[in-house]
Amino acid sequence: MSGTTTPLRSRGPAAGAEPAPPGPARLVRVELRKAYDTRAGAWLLVAVAVAAVAVVVLQVFFDPPARSLAGHLTGAQLPVGVLLPVLGILLVTSEWSARTAGTTFGLVPRRSRVLAAKVAAAGVLAVLAVAASALVAVAGTLLTPLVTDDPADWTLTAGQVGQVLAVQVATVLVGVAFGMLLLSSPLAIVLYFVLPTAFTVLVNAVAALHWVRDWLDLTSTSAPMYEGLLEGRGWLRLATSLALWLLLPMAVGWVRVLRRDVP
Amino acid sequence: MIAIEHLSKRYGGHPAVDDVSFTCAPGTVTGFLGPNGAGKSTTLRVLCGLAAPTRGTATVGGRRYRDLPNPGREVGVLLDAAAQHPGRTGREALTLAATVLGVDRGRVAELLDHVGLDGTAARKRVGAYSLGMRQRLGLAGALLGDPRVLVLDEPANGLDPEGIFWMRGLLRGFADRGGTVLLSSHLLREVEAVADRLVVIAGGRVVAQGAMDELLADTGVRVRARDRAALERALTAAGIGFGPADGDAVIAAADAGAVGEATSRAGVPLLELQPAGGAGLEDLFRSLTSAGPHGPAGGTVGEVRA
Repeated sequence: MSGTTTPLRSRGPAAGAEPAPPGPARLVRVELRKAYDTRAGAWLLVAVAVAAVAVVVLQVFFDPPARSLAGHLTGAQLPVGVLLPVLGILLVTSEWSARTAGTTFGLVPRRSRVLAAKVAAAGVLAVLAVAASALVAVAGTLLTPLVTDDPADWTLTAGQVGQVLAVQVATVLVGVAFGMLLLSSPLAIVLYFVLPTAFTVLVNAVAALHWVRDWLDLTSTSAPMYEGLLEGRGWLRLATSLALWLLLPMAVGWVRVLRRDVP
Repeated sequence: MIAIEHLSKRYGGHPAVDDVSFTCAPGTVTGFLGPNGAGKSTTLRVLCGLAAPTRGTATVGGRRYRDLPNPGREVGVLLDAAAQHPGRTGREALTLAATVLGVDRGRVAELLDHVGLDGTAARKRVGAYSLGMRQRLGLAGALLGDPRVLVLDEPANGLDPEGIFWMRGLLRGFADRGGTVLLSSHLLREVEAVADRLVVIAGGRVVAQGAMDELLADTGVRVRARDRAALERALTAAGIGFGPADGDAVIAAADAGAVGEATSRAGVPLLELQPAGGAGLEDLFRSLTSAGPHGPAGGTVGEVRA
């Protein structure tokens, strides 16, 4: 380490007008960058991409009924839906686990602006992930006539595209909500996977709780969306289960972040 | 520029900071001195809007930190150099901050250079940095927005002697150009070389503050004689207060002339007579912080730190 350093430009103590606060778009850009500029984030994105490609390749070779653009798009959502919420969790919790919250909120003391930027960045990530998985699905469809006896099947409805986008945005935001509520990477990741799964098992196993499953189990209520089959009362059931798994933890976590002293 | 007024912060029923008031003027370096757990970090965290005060206010340029539109452009903050994402490179950490601040990317390279992190170091992940390198990176982050105020918590931690010397020059230059510097330390030696003013805190309360030379002037002279008992009698006879120093020297609460006259009147030959200077300040610091309202130094008062 050298002690010789260069002098620094400075506007001097008397200069200039009041600097403007960073706008929402700039804050979203910063949060998006945080999602991939760490080792954990970069590898998570690579893992999502590799797994999406793997699923589609497996379908092309071994799963004839799924050999269509729609089928490949549905299949590629599995890794996205499982892994991307972890990125959503880390987007929030790493500020506490890596203790960067002090720097982040030191630069932007209106903490709601940072939280809103994180929510928006997570949403953008979900849309980008669906777009990337659609490219993989297209590649899988192109590949189908070359390596199998089936023709390329390009059927895909706008409804499915819309519902896939919606469910992935919601899923990654559930991760963000868990992150906000718990502010700890290991705790949030473990509970994100354990709680909904245990809930699903419980409400499916006990007959008296089937109405809970139908209205509050997000895994069940969102399942039709991957194939674009959600309709009618299903939307209402999706809304009530999102209120429990997304809105409630996010609201509680949001208030907690605003009120708590930053460690 | 920085004004802390009657600031109190309690955790549960426990006071971490209790009615602390002081100001820092442009063009000066203020040393915020106290043993670990005295409430320094808590005060600085409240100043920077990371913790809410129980009572009192902390302002920069008359405004609360939270009310500054783009605070990093006005106040450079380094509260915990260890608190950086280990998986991010040094350059990336600064680039994120530069984006929020709205300063151009060229300034990132300029600052990395300024704090002595070369290209290789800047491309390394922070997880591989020594604490000294993290301090340099943190300082670069604090200076990134070209602020007029610097708030630094224990910035010398982990720096080697050369690095400490370099940082003193940097802070002195910053203040000499009209900037305001508030830096905390638990080591008197670290701040006395650079600070113009001292605020000494112990047990959550300010126990002394003032200009460095005033505090130094108050610390008297160091005097030593072959016959210590005779020396003490001579000082007592002249009505000069004194206390023990290291060895058989004593610190007398008067100037050298008065002490010299008193001992020559009593016919006590002296081996040593000199301003107590830093050594006296050291004793002062020890006595002030150990006699704080909440017991001995480093005692029962907890400090909440990340």
